[in-house]
Amino acid sequence: MKALLVRDLRLAIRAGGGFGLSLAFFLIVTVLVPFAVGPEADILSRIGPGILWVAALLATLLSLDRQFALDHEDGALSLIATSPLPLEAVALIKAFAHWLTTGLPLTLAAAPLGVLLNLERPAFSWLVLTLALGTPALSVIGTFGAALTVGLRRGGLLLSLLVLPLYVPTLIFGAEAARRGAEGLAAGTPILMLAGITAGSLALLPFAAGAALRINLR
Amino acid sequence: MSIWEYANPKKFIATTTPLIPWVFGATAVCLVVGLVWGFFLTPEADRFGSTVKIIYVHVPSAMMAINAWAMMLVASLVWLIRRHHVSALAAKAAAPIGLTMTLIALWTGAVWGQPMWGTWWAWDPRLTAFLILGLFYLGYIALWEAIPDPDQAADLTSVLCLVGSVFAVLSRYAVNFWNQGLHQGATLSMDAEENISDVYWFPLLFCIAGFVLLFLGLVLMRTGTEIRLRRLRALERQAQRITA
Repeated sequence: MKALLVRDLRLAIRAGGGFGLSLAFFLIVTVLVPFAVGPEADILSRIGPGILWVAALLATLLSLDRQFALDHEDGALSLIATSPLPLEAVALIKAFAHWLTTGLPLTLAAAPLGVLLNLERPAFSWLVLTLALGTPALSVIGTFGAALTVGLRRGGLLLSLLVLPLYVPTLIFGAEAARRGAEGLAAGTPILMLAGITAGSLALLPFAAGAALRINLR
Repeated sequence: MSIWEYANPKKFIATTTPLIPWVFGATAVCLVVGLVWGFFLTPEADRFGSTVKIIYVHVPSAMMAINAWAMMLVASLVWLIRRHHVSALAAKAAAPIGLTMTLIALWTGAVWGQPMWGTWWAWDPRLTAFLILGLFYLGYIALWEAIPDPDQAADLTSVLCLVGSVFAVLSRYAVNFWNQGLHQGATLSMDAEENISDVYWFPLLFCIAGFVLLFLGLVLMRTGTEIRLRRLRALERQAQRITA
């Protein structure tokens, strides 16, 4: 398990693309928003948490199709499947590696980017907290989507069509908690729901992803 | 005698093909009675005027949009557990019908909402949940289309259907929560079954029955088509093997 995790992390960092790309995408989307809605500080600070959540979600989506596709192309996935490690565990580790290289950097980068969007002081900690709770769910759900579409030639676009509706509850609770926290309202319920979605996805979706991988490798 | 013997495609086709005209006939009777009664023989409501009559298309189609997904869920489970091909094909056949029902529900809702709420679209929980349901249908259909191998496609779409069901329900409650967080109270209450008077209720029952029958007939017909298509492909492959 550790070997697979280390291998995935190495590939993500050294092979270029995935690691820095999603961060750069996150930065660019955040920079583009003020051009589109205007530079008024109060509007930006009001929509800021939501914008950062959507941007983080899209940045997560960007690196998903590399999850299994490269391993599938060079045959590594079949080798991994013949190892004693069950495919459910493979899916979970892949999701974890994806989170370490995408979700975690995005969470950390969200605070500095918040400055660009004129976030108010309490909003920063809420944003980072909700992203830290929510991005694991995004990675696991995305891994499931990637497992579904791994054998397809042009799976990328289909992957986004499949995964984006699945992201809706996470996005709603995450952005809602960040917004409520930023405005000083009680954010307990959405935070708990967000944590619940993350915990539930972590517990159940690796099984669905494992099943999908098994079907695709048949 | 068990229900599973209809999982034999030959038996399924032999049983359902003669049934289909009867189902469509019953659909026509129910819909004509329900719609004519509903559109022309019911009084106009106090505050809504004649727009109340959109209910006769809107409510049944919305119900069937949800029921179609539920049927796909059951069919997917049957496929995953018992590997009956007819079941997988029935789920495939139901998806575009469900999507159409969703679109009809959204469209009639918008047509009603324009004069009544003064807007075609509001981010009301129910509307939003239906939009998301439509997206789920789209993803499901797209996945079927994308995978060339039929068994693999059936497996993967079934898994997607299971996961999607959980997330669709989750989205429904998330959206409910989200909107209450934004606005004070809902813009509409749809618990019409409690408030609606019998004058409107009886024709509505006919319309609902008509839509259920319509869905049933379409699913039977489309499943039969899918089975025949697959048989045709098998025959083509056989012919190629013989000539080769």
